[in-house]
Parts: sequence; C-alpha cells; structure tokens
Amino acid sequence: MPTKNNTAVDEAALANEVKELILKKYPAKEARKRAKQIIVNKVEGDQVPEIMANTRTIPGILTMRGCAYAGCKGVVLGPTRDILQITHGPIGCGFYTWGTRRNQTMPKTPESANFMTYAMSTDMQEEEIIFGGEKKLKKAIEEAIDLFHPKAISIFSTCPVGLIGDDVHAVAREMEEKYPEVNIFGFSCEGYKGVSQSAGHHIANNKLFTDVVGQSEMQKEGKYRFNILGEYNIGGDAFEIERIIDLCGMTRHSTFSGNSEYDEFASAHTVDLNVVMCHRSINYLAEMMEKKYGIPWFKISFIGAGATAKSLRKIAAYFGAPELMERVEKVIAEEIYHVEAVRQEVRARCEGKTAMLFVGGSRAHHYQELFTEIGMKTLSAGYEFAHRDDYEGRKVIPNIVVDADSRNIEELTVEADPARYRPRKTEEELAQLTKREGIGFNDYVGMMSEMKKGDLIIDDLNHHEAEVLMEKYKPDIFCAGVKEKYVIQKGGIPLKQLHSYDYSGPYAGFRGAINFYREIDRMVNSNVFRFIKAPWQKNPELTGSYACNR
Amino acid sequence: MLLRHTPETLADRSALTVNPAKTCQPVGAMYAALGIHNCLPHSHGAQGCCAYHRSALTRHYKDPIMATTSSFTEGASVFGGQANLLEAINNIFTIYGPDIVAVHTTCLSEVIGDDLGQIINKALADGKIPKGKRVIHTNTPSFKGSHVTGFANMTQSMVHYLAENTGKGTGQINIIPGFVEPSDMAEIKRISSLMGVKSILFPDTSEVVNGPLDGRFHMYPKGGATVDQIRSAGDSAFTVSLGSNASLPAAKLLDTKCGIRFKDMELPIGISATDAFVDALRKAAGVSVPDSIMVERGQVVDVLTDNHQYFYGKKVALVGDPDQLVSLTQFLTDMDMKILYVVTGTPAGAKFEESIRGFTGPDTIIKHGLGADLFYFHQLVKNNRPDLIFGNTYAKYIARDEDIPLIRIGFPIYDRVGHQYFPVVGYRGAMRMMEKILNALLDRQDRDAPEQNFELIM
Repeated sequence: MPTKNNTAVDEAALANEVKELILKKYPAKEARKRAKQIIVNKVEGDQVPEIMANTRTIPGILTMRGCAYAGCKGVVLGPTRDILQITHGPIGCGFYTWGTRRNQTMPKTPESANFMTYAMSTDMQEEEIIFGGEKKLKKAIEEAIDLFHPKAISIFSTCPVGLIGDDVHAVAREMEEKYPEVNIFGFSCEGYKGVSQSAGHHIANNKLFTDVVGQSEMQKEGKYRFNILGEYNIGGDAFEIERIIDLCGMTRHSTFSGNSEYDEFASAHTVDLNVVMCHRSINYLAEMMEKKYGIPWFKISFIGAGATAKSLRKIAAYFGAPELMERVEKVIAEEIYHVEAVRQEVRARCEGKTAMLFVGGSRAHHYQELFTEIGMKTLSAGYEFAHRDDYEGRKVIPNIVVDADSRNIEELTVEADPARYRPRKTEEELAQLTKREGIGFNDYVGMMSEMKKGDLIIDDLNHHEAEVLMEKYKPDIFCAGVKEKYVIQKGGIPLKQLHSYDYSGPYAGFRGAINFYREIDRMVNSNVFRFIKAPWQKNPELTGSYACNR
Repeated sequence: MLLRHTPETLADRSALTVNPAKTCQPVGAMYAALGIHNCLPHSHGAQGCCAYHRSALTRHYKDPIMATTSSFTEGASVFGGQANLLEAINNIFTIYGPDIVAVHTTCLSEVIGDDLGQIINKALADGKIPKGKRVIHTNTPSFKGSHVTGFANMTQSMVHYLAENTGKGTGQINIIPGFVEPSDMAEIKRISSLMGVKSILFPDTSEVVNGPLDGRFHMYPKGGATVDQIRSAGDSAFTVSLGSNASLPAAKLLDTKCGIRFKDMELPIGISATDAFVDALRKAAGVSVPDSIMVERGQVVDVLTDNHQYFYGKKVALVGDPDQLVSLTQFLTDMDMKILYVVTGTPAGAKFEESIRGFTGPDTIIKHGLGADLFYFHQLVKNNRPDLIFGNTYAKYIARDEDIPLIRIGFPIYDRVGHQYFPVVGYRGAMRMMEKILNALLDRQDRDAPEQNFELIM
C-alpha cells in the first residue's frame, strides 16, 4: 500500500501526464495559453499555485462558456418574479433564457405578480438594425406597462444593440419620466462584453446597486435580519434554505435572487448582514453595499450538511445572541439526525468512488463537500468563468491584472452614503469575530486551498480536455452541464448536471443533502451502464450450425 | 395559474413579443449542418449563441450536439471577426479533425458585415484548411425569419458549395426532407427504399442526434449525408423538396446551378400529404408502389374509420413551424376535426395562409410572423376553447392553465422523449399521430366521465 504522501506524488504524476497529453494536441500558441489554465494543485499552508483565468476563450476550442447577456439576464435578474424583463434584440436571446434555468419561485398570493413564465422581447428585425431599435423598445415598454402593470422593468441589451448604438439607458430614463411609478433600468450586457457570463454578473450587480437597492426603506418584521447573496433557487434550493432559516428564528430579508421580489431588493440595504453563497456572481454587490451602507459580508455555503451547519453557526455567532445560538444548535441537531441516517447508508455504497466537477463559477467548489460527506474523492475540478480569486482566494485580488478583453466592464466608485452609512459592528467586534469564530469577513479562500495536492485544476475546460480526463482518470461520476451530459454518458460514465440538477433538487441545506446523496448513489450504483455491451459482445466466440442440419 | 397575466381581451401589440412561437436562425443552421457526415457546425459570433443553440438541441434530443464558435470579444466585434475565424478553423482541424466545417453567422457578425466567403478563401490561401477538407458557410442573420429560415439557408449553402453537375446522370432522386426529426428522415428513407427508389437525402440527421449508447463517444456519429452524396445531388434525375419554408431555397438553387428539376411538396404528415409524396416518388423514379406500403396505408385508413367518432368535429388549435402546420392542418381536416387557430412566429408568406385556408375554410384564424406568438395564441384559446392543442413544450403552460390536452409536436420538445425515435411522417407516422390524438382524447374522456358513464370499451 502506498503511504499517504506517495499517493499524492502518484496523483501529481498522473496529473502532469494528463496535462501533457492534453497540450500535445494543440497548436503551439494555444498550448502555451492552455498550459497556464491547467494546474496541478499544490497546497502549502495558504499558498496555492497561480492559475490563469477570466481570459478570452480560444476560438474553435469547443468551450462550455456562454456570454455576458446570459450572466446578466439569465443568471442574476432572471429569477426575480416581479421585475418585467425585456430582451432588446433579435428573438433568440429571449427565447433561450425562457424557463431554461430552473429558478423556482413562489408568489406570496395567487394574485401576486409573476412574470417568470413569460419571455419578452423586442424581436428586432432588419429594419431596426438599419434605422435603430429605440423607437420599438419604447413602444414595447408602453405595451408591457399597459398589459402587465409591473413595478419595475429591466431592459437587456444583446449583441447588435451595442453595435448599432441604441442607448437603452436613455430610453429607460425617458420612459421613467413618462411612467414615474415604474422603475425602469437598462443593462448594457451585450453578449460580446468581457469573455464569459462573468461580465454579465458584474454589469447586473452594478445596475442593481445604483438603480434598485436603497429605493425603499421597507423593513421586514423579525430579528436577525440578513440577505443571502448569490443563491438562485435552482430546483428549490432557496426554499429549503428559507425553511431552515425560519426554523432557526432568523429573518431572511432578501435573496439575490432566488424566489425574490423587487421590494426585497429595493430595501436590501436595511439589514445587518450579507452572506454570500456564489462568490463569483455577486461579490461586487456585497463589496459595494459594505462601502455604501456599512453592511459586513462573509462567505457561507449551504451545499452539504456540514457546510450548512457551519454556515448557520457563523451567522448566529455574528448576531451573537445566546438564545439564537442555542436555537440554531437545536435545529442542526434535529436536522443532522435525519441526514446522518441516509449519509451512512449511502456512504457504504459510495466510499472511495471518484468525481470530477466542471461547473460555472462556484458549484465546482461547493459540491466537493457533498461528495466528501459520502466518502467520494474529487480528482479534478474547474470553472467555466471564475476569476483567480475564486480559485486562489481573495488575497490575490490586488495582483489580478484586468486584461484588454475585460477592461470595458465598468468598475463603480462607491463611497459611504452620508445619511445611511451605519457600521453594523465596530472594527474591534469584527476582529474578535474573526479571531474567536473564524469568520473571514470580505474573504473567500477559494477552491484550490481546499483541494488535495495533485488534483488537476482546469479553467474553461473544453471538449478535447474532457475526453482526455475521461480516458485517463475514468471517474465514477462527472459533474457538468447539459451540453456535456450526453457526451460523457455515451462513454459509459454518469454525468450529474450541477446547473439544472437533472430536473430534481433541492440540493442545498439538510434535505438537499439527503436528495443529493440518494441521487449520487443512484447514479454511481445503477444497473443501466451494465447494458452497454450486448451479451454476444461479451462472449465473442462464434457459434453456428452445420448447413446440412438446417 | 402559470400565465395569470394573460388577459382574454385581445389588444394590438406592434413592438412587444411575448412568449415567441419561433426562435432565431442559427439553431436551424446548426441542426442542418449536423445532417452532414463528419461535419462540425461552427457559429461565427459571440460564444453565447453557440452555447444556447447547443443546449436547445441537446435538451430536445438528449444527445450530444457538437459545435464550435468564433468566441467574439469586444475587440473583434468592433474590428471584425476575421482573426477569430481563421484561428478557429486552424484549431478545429488540428484538434477535432472533421471532414467539413459548416459555418453560420449570428446577428453580431451580420451587423459587423464580416465577409465569410473572403475569410474562408483566406484560410484556404493561408493553408489553414487541410487538403481534402472543406469549409462552407451560410449567412443566418437572427433578425430575419426564424430558425426555419436558418435551416433553409444552411441547406441551400450545401448546394451552393458542394453540389456539382458532372454530366454523369446517376438516375437517383434527391429528397430534401425539411426541418423534421431524425426519426422522420429515417422514415422518408425507409419509404423510398421500400419503393425501390434510388435516393439521397440531405441534410440527414438520423443516427446523428439519436445515436446509440455503445460505451464510446463518437464525435462524428455514423449518420449524416456524406459530402460525396451532396456533391452528387447535382447529377440526380429529380429533386423532391418537402416543406417549402425549409427546403425550397435549396431545391431552387439545385435547379438553377445544376439543372435538376424539382417538385415542391408539403411535408408528408398525414394521409393526403403522404399519398402525394409516395405518388411523386413513384412518378419521378418510374416505379410502382409495393404491397407493403399499401398495407401501411390501409391500416391507417382502417384506424381512422374505426375511431372516426372520436375525431369528428373536435376543435383543435395549432402553434408551431409553418411546414408542419400546413400538413397537420390538412391531416386533421381529413379526419373531420375543426381547426380553430393556426399560429407560427415564422414569417411564412401569403402561400402559407392560402394553403391552410384551402383546407380549413374561412373561419380559422391564421397568423404568422410578427405578433404571432404564444401569448396571442393563448388569448385566442381563452376566447374559444379547443379540445386539443398542438404545439411544442412551451405550450404546456397554456395546456395546464386552461386544462386542455397538448399533443407535442415541433421544436423544441424538452419534456418528453419519442420524437427522436418515432416518426410523424409517412403512413406509420400518421398512425402514430392518430394514436397520440386518440390517447389524449380518450384519457380525457376517462378522466372527466361521470362514474355511471365510465366506459370499459371505447
């Protein structure tokens, strides 16, 4: 048996071999670039290797990535049920974001506004490309207001809008003057901005911050009020998180943006804490809200039973009330009791099996914890569009160079609000919470420091690389998205979609952990892949009969 | 209610499209390109389009959909995408080794005005296209037409780049099957081969997007029309073009370029349209219709006669793509059903309306192009309730809210399986459609019947 150290050496050797195999196929220029995005992990204290991320996609490489419009409209704003969302562009962009991300939502009453089952678009035609689309956009806004009477309208720019020079912001201002009761705002999230969905997150954060947050002073009743940032209620994740928070007697003021409403966003600055789930998509808003309003933020994760318990304890410790901490412990104990029974049962069947995760900008990290809980090992992981801080931790932010492709994504200058800035804790209290409770304010350690030495970290994984990984590592399960699912499964390896959850869920929180354990158990221990070879392929010897007997 | 904001009262809309009954061109072009053997579709634009189109087709087929993209950045969007496409072509051939790359465009590269023909020539001159390999292109601006237009454009480009008249007549018949499922393409081939007709079909996605699971991923599956087959289309005796919106441009160009006469026909959905297709093949190839096909036809007529009481007078509403709608309308009126509404987001032209009107008479509301969306369709449904809705998966919201059974047909179908494997064209397809319709109607009768009227035998 190799010792623990030897295993790490072996894994690193395999990882290096795989990396070389991958690069061998590329033209020289592309090989040089990819070499910096494929890293054999090496953790020493809090030091991890440097990875290149958030750089342009190599044309023709068969990437998994999408665009800035997807990041802005599809991801950040999409889940909000009562902001009426109009895509300004030809029909495709609006069509493809219509119900395809599983952001569930639960209107408070049967009469409440819910526009999420609607896809609205200006359906630009050649005429608008030639003469400009502002007139049609204005008319579309009028028609939308007449038909739907929304509180707020958001306009999303697609590729041609920027090129033909339509000014969606001017249109928004003009229409807001005409309809002062409706908050109308536009996003310059043209698909070519930045290098991935990530640019769209940033653009969405900026506008939510300047045009929505702080518009209302409504305060929800209840103690221990906080916002959850970067949780999109895929498959009901936010519902489960809300259930747990209610049990603990805390108050979730708003979620950006799973199961959310406009009014919750507008008054989000009234809380005492922001907790961040998906660091990549929403860290901008967390940072800006702290600067402007004095609301501290820290990273949490509700993916995994252990992570959920840890996050609840962190939030309770922040508020510091003994009765809250007691209640949280009680909730954790009760919930974990149910989780444990399933976990032990599933672990017995999954222990030692291996997984790979290549998902957007946060799940590739979060879900490793769930696999660990059932005894499974992560061999390789990566993001489509995360930045170096998501890989290496926020401490590298000062060293990140914004390259030419992302330079045009606006970076807002934020100052403390003269009237509304209110530090929720003193510097001393924050320092104490860090020291005593290990709460890392404004911090995120990143994925790499929590992965093993020798694990292969790959940014912007493409098809060729996925094929090499499958062949060399033969993992028991591969986690990615719908475009990869059937590619991997044709090869006889189950693929768990960690964007759509394969239409199940929730996977967050305690009940989510149970769902996930059972789902992975089903996938890695199922009968289905036994049928790949027909019986006659397993027993290839020829059979026949004498012609005279026929 | 999932669509609680949709009012019954119709109001004019000229600018806002709500719940479109179409999507944009490139996804149709990508689908068509997958119907060429050993072909990698390429999307010349920002990478979001390619990701969306691959995802849409993947969800529809539950099968791998491979395509590359030029991955435009802001710089390329301002200065042109030539460098991106040249780099992409080099990478694609080096890493993924297709025989042919079929490029389509997006609204981005169309607005910029990238000259793809010139870029491909430069790639050729620079030696970026290996010997014996091909790069073809089509222009698919998303701000014109719909996904059906994109399919038509890519199919036409196959003719433009590949078809050749060498003067050696092959006697074969070209069949351009239109924007239909791989199962339909396979069925069309089966019919043609049962009749002993020597034919080639392009594009042909059967066994590409509905392939088997055999333990190995095949980047280029077994199916697809080969480049040689498409080239030889220029030497064929005749072209049968199915579905004028999807197939006619290619058939016309084949006539202009190679002098191949063609017959523009409806998709062979239903008895009459299949009769016409079989008859056209028979005449074009000079063969007689075999007994096996007569048996299939007779079985369909038998089922129709046996169950006519359930079909007769039933009110139906249809939303989808134009070529399917024309044939479906004829099929359903053949069954004595009553067509209330026919809606497609694709601007389908006067001929579309005329054809439908010819089958339905004056009362049917027909709308296509701008303003013809699922929101409008839903309003119509609220105003006069049909017994059945035909549409893609997005119509399920209407079906649920209004409690009307939905027959899934068209693109996309994200929530059921079967369309990849079982045809709706031909007599066999007509049989399947009838079974689906009957099941929906009889399930509903079983569900709604008072206990004393609950029937064992139906």
